[in-house]
Amino acid sequence: MAAVQDGQMELDAEKETKPEILSDGTSNLSGNTASGTLSSSPLTAAPAGGAPKMEDQQTLIAVLQFLKRNKLTDSVEILRREAGLGEDQEDSQATDGSGGGKGDVDGGDANSLLSRVSITSAAAPQSMCDSPLMFMLSAAGADDQPDVSVVLSAYSQQGDPSLYQVYYSGLKNFIESVLDCHRAELSQLFYPLFVHMYLELVYNNHENEAKAFFEKFSGDQECYYQDDLRVLCGLTKKEHLKGNEVLLDFRTSRFVLRISRDSYQLLKRHLQERHNNQIWNIIQEHLYIDIFDGMPRSKSQIDSMSGSLAGEGKREVNKAKVFHGLLKEPEIEVPLDDEDDEAENEEGKPKKKKTKKDSLGSKSKKQDPNAPQQNRIPLPELKDSDKLDKIMYMKESTKRIRLGPENLPSICFYTFLNAYQGLTAVDFTDDSSLLAGGFADSTVRVWSVTPKKLRKVKSAADLNMIDKESDDVLERIMDEKTASESKILYGHSGPVYGVSFSPDRNYLLSSSEDGTVRLWSLLTFTCLVGYKGHNYPVWDTQFSPFGYYFVSGGHDRVARLWATDHYQPLRIFAGHLADVTCTRFHPNSNYVATGSTDRTIRLWDVLNGNCVRIFTGHKGPIHSLAFSPNGKFLASGSTDGRVLLWDIGHGLMIGELKGHTDTIYSLKFSRDGEILASGSMDNTVRLWNSMKAFDEVETDDFTATTGHIHLPDNSQELLLGTYHSKSTPVTHLHFTRRNLLLAAGAYNSQ
Amino acid sequence: MAEERRQKLCSVILPTESMKAMAESVGVGSLQEDSCLALSEEVSYRIKEIAQDALKFMHHGKRRKLTTGDIDHALKLKNVEPLYGFQSQEFIPFRFASGGGRELHFYEEKEVDLSDIINTPLPRVPLDVSLKAHWLSIDGVQPAIPENPPPVPKEQQKTDSTEPLKAVKPGQEEEGSIQTKGQGASSAEVKGSSAKMVPLVMKPRSTHELSVEQQLYYKEITEACVGSCEAKRAVCVCNKCYLFLFQVRVNVVQNNLALLIYLMRMVKALMDNPTLYLEKYLHELIPAVVTCIVSKQLCLRPDVDNHWALRDFAARLMAQSCKTFSTTTNNIQSRITKTFTKALLDDKTQWTTRYGCIAGLAELGHDVIKTLIIPRLSVEGARIKAVMDGPVVSNIDKIGADHVQSLLLKHCASVVAKTRPLPDMVDQYKVDYGYLGTMLCSHVVKARAQAAFQAQTVNRTTLTITQPRPTLSVSQSGLSTSSGSRAPSIIKVPSSLTLMSTRPGTPTQPSPPATKYIVMATSAGAASTHIIESHTF
Repeated sequence: MAAVQDGQMELDAEKETKPEILSDGTSNLSGNTASGTLSSSPLTAAPAGGAPKMEDQQTLIAVLQFLKRNKLTDSVEILRREAGLGEDQEDSQATDGSGGGKGDVDGGDANSLLSRVSITSAAAPQSMCDSPLMFMLSAAGADDQPDVSVVLSAYSQQGDPSLYQVYYSGLKNFIESVLDCHRAELSQLFYPLFVHMYLELVYNNHENEAKAFFEKFSGDQECYYQDDLRVLCGLTKKEHLKGNEVLLDFRTSRFVLRISRDSYQLLKRHLQERHNNQIWNIIQEHLYIDIFDGMPRSKSQIDSMSGSLAGEGKREVNKAKVFHGLLKEPEIEVPLDDEDDEAENEEGKPKKKKTKKDSLGSKSKKQDPNAPQQNRIPLPELKDSDKLDKIMYMKESTKRIRLGPENLPSICFYTFLNAYQGLTAVDFTDDSSLLAGGFADSTVRVWSVTPKKLRKVKSAADLNMIDKESDDVLERIMDEKTASESKILYGHSGPVYGVSFSPDRNYLLSSSEDGTVRLWSLLTFTCLVGYKGHNYPVWDTQFSPFGYYFVSGGHDRVARLWATDHYQPLRIFAGHLADVTCTRFHPNSNYVATGSTDRTIRLWDVLNGNCVRIFTGHKGPIHSLAFSPNGKFLASGSTDGRVLLWDIGHGLMIGELKGHTDTIYSLKFSRDGEILASGSMDNTVRLWNSMKAFDEVETDDFTATTGHIHLPDNSQELLLGTYHSKSTPVTHLHFTRRNLLLAAGAYNSQ
Repeated sequence: MAEERRQKLCSVILPTESMKAMAESVGVGSLQEDSCLALSEEVSYRIKEIAQDALKFMHHGKRRKLTTGDIDHALKLKNVEPLYGFQSQEFIPFRFASGGGRELHFYEEKEVDLSDIINTPLPRVPLDVSLKAHWLSIDGVQPAIPENPPPVPKEQQKTDSTEPLKAVKPGQEEEGSIQTKGQGASSAEVKGSSAKMVPLVMKPRSTHELSVEQQLYYKEITEACVGSCEAKRAVCVCNKCYLFLFQVRVNVVQNNLALLIYLMRMVKALMDNPTLYLEKYLHELIPAVVTCIVSKQLCLRPDVDNHWALRDFAARLMAQSCKTFSTTTNNIQSRITKTFTKALLDDKTQWTTRYGCIAGLAELGHDVIKTLIIPRLSVEGARIKAVMDGPVVSNIDKIGADHVQSLLLKHCASVVAKTRPLPDMVDQYKVDYGYLGTMLCSHVVKARAQAAFQAQTVNRTTLTITQPRPTLSVSQSGLSTSSGSRAPSIIKVPSSLTLMSTRPGTPTQPSPPATKYIVMATSAGAASTHIIESHTF
């Protein structure tokens, strides 16, 4: 518990404390359930900086009273501490908080347990929603009936419902009459105001006014909000609001707008002159206006950044330092054989042992100033087999083809035949020797794409008979009788939406609709662990580049960080307003990127669970993410058919690649990062000149304080090639160590 | 548009009647109107909600179609028991019923006899998932293999073959080569592949000079082919077929009809030989054949020599090769169709070329005749009429027009007879087909009679007899016998079956080769498709 509250604590310590949390839970499953449902509402700690205002304090006191009434002593304690309410602070309680918790749990008080779990996730403070009310909501727990009313009560009856149209059109007229340069910025107000006013009408049971309001103004909204409007238009009753988490989140989180100071002054003056309190209240309560000094942004600049469910990310969110550099490669003596033919001689007896560093090794010798400390995240020790693999990797990389616009990669396409539309996920091992497919019929299938067949380990009885001293013991433990080209793994009870190989090729992860993530052994081809926690469909999972850790994200709107030897998550990354659709580890394993249906991408710090970057700009759910090999850039693809490129260090969008006509399900950088390959539902693989895209960004823009840049519209120049497949959507892309591009997808006979 | 749709979405609410019907089906007799309304609103909202959730499952299942499984999973999310075992052969399994002033749709549930299910043999086990690898691209160039889609998308091929002219427009060509768009000037190989896809480039007038070696080689080959030594011929047939184009060019320029006939027969022989793998040489053969079909002039005396038969023969050859070799990857048929149609639609096209185009198209089958030739009948009729009735221009034109007319009648009659409903009114034909209407009508009547006659004597006659397969033969006597013997049984035997003019003295031997050949491709305008460059194939 303490570890969770103290973000700076070492991960090791945290791991120790984790089981403790479990031990005082009544049952793991219930604990899971709780975190699953609870963390789905955005959680937060009270504002970190500065003393709360007077009214905030009053609210806080009210919250405290509520918590006390519900015997949530832990929460009371924590909230008090976080908020800096000094009057009855008891330090003694702070230390044995968990002890107090135990007492409650023993009594079977689920609420207490829930609250504790919720605070666990609160360790990831959400900058998006800083309302104390929210805290109350999360703490109050499982039955959301009271919460909803608490949240929604913010919609107090204000003004005549029939006048809403007048208010809105008044503002609309004003915005349309202002100077061009301000109009684009102020137009951003339309959508959040529209939604809030509509919901307010619905909440106050003015169904007909709400419908009229919707019909009159829904046409004015930007086309990329269509999906949201479709949800909204179905919602006409107060009762509907209760079950709709997405809209509930929209209510409780503040929509972030970035507006220049001039435009803001203009708006403020107008609203005050007109005494348009209704709109002013909404702006005050539900919008967060991020004011910057400088020139107002143009329409295209705004359009490139907007589109997410919760507005843009605040500028200060993306100010946090991100260590995007790579970790130093472990020093491994590479036995460089003179004859390449004898590269197979791996048994550690090379004739000459020159410790010549190859290009990769020498590069990493210099410490990257942006790299995190080597032990910032405890990483698993390298085993001998890992070292051998590293050596293989270096050997392969010397034979790597240098790609570029003049030298495009060859693409080998693996087509799944007879999949009957059932292929849902694919992954390759790093050395491209194995291929795994997840299917809608709940199976996971593993293929060997090299002549080497898949073999199981012998049974325990047979293993006893083996001479353990022999040199080829690793060969001997394998059962030749089981050799086959593919193996099927049965265990899930729903479609498998994500598969990921461990870097050492001994394990496979799969995530499924049944709410579990499963770990499979590729030696015995059996399931080792089922990680339960999401309780709702798990859309994606991925192993850390160093193994041991993995991340998963699902319908419950959180991403979780796990370690293979813990059956509880180490971190819960909560903050997305809708499903987490894809999860990717940064190459240095210190960060996790998640893409979501709320059309944002977030970058999370694995060490403390903080959200360190929010990228907005996509107009549809994000279905693919890829880090560049140097860790500096992130590419993301979504259902809108666009690939966006992001600079992680500066937290800015630096490119937009248009060309695909359907959802992009796979993205991959070449091993040198010079080419970005994207595969889509439109049956094409496209290659982009990522080097040029990164180079062409004007670096002066990064230093500007406004936090936005001009995007060059050069998709056509950056597109190096388009390759059509025969009605085969491209599900996965992978660059081999020698830069051959492998693509995979299921042939669709219709 | 989108907004309208959105607003419509808004108003979609299940009718209250369906609520009543459903209530009745579970035994609730009288439901008040208010409760119906409340229910239907609630149900509509829930259905929308579930549909929206189901979409998520569709996206993650990487599909474009929503399945019943997706709905089940969405229900599961909402903690609702999924509908187990939904299965329907039809798209919408509802039946409509009305009565008692009410109309409703219901789901028909048939009683199933268990023993039927038990006794039916098990369906075949679906094939297991398997993995297949192929090259999508090699060094940035997509190889044309069956695993990859054809260079031109299927839809485009379809429009190409039905409306060949649309596809010729430059803008559309661009579309066909989307794949290479945007690759810029960066890679030469990619450019090469794009050039491959540009259909039929007409090369402007150019001269080709032949080296001495080539001349000698040509002489040897020609002698071997035309000469009497059968063994020699076999050898050169086997490995020298790439010389065809070249020979055809030479002979077209020389107007050496006899040799061209020989060459065409050789092509035919090559194609008939099942052991030869001709796909690789199609780009050499097809331009040669097409040249023989549409060339403006094939013989020295167009007014007397029967180059029409050569055109017919070559056209048939073309059709045969289309049938044998056309695939979605090389797309021969639609490219050929495009070439012919383009020339046909041009006003300046000579009668000879026109004849070739029509013959070439007609041989491609009834569908082609129906879509491409019959609509043109009235236009062509007017053109023929202008020549026939107008002032005497030249004998050649008249002969050409006459040939075109008979060709049109021959091919169209059978098609019209099949497609047109019965009463064959001459006036109606005139309205529909213009000048040719009258003659066409009589031909159609004949064709129908013929068909009826054949239907009676069905046991041995086959329809193919009506399509005479004239053999090309240089010898006059052989030809006359063959045509003479069949004449009674076929609808009409055009005089074009006579190969050579009756006048003696037509050179049947190659003229002595000049010391230097200058091959002229005299395609001044786009219309006269004289020689089609080989590289386009």
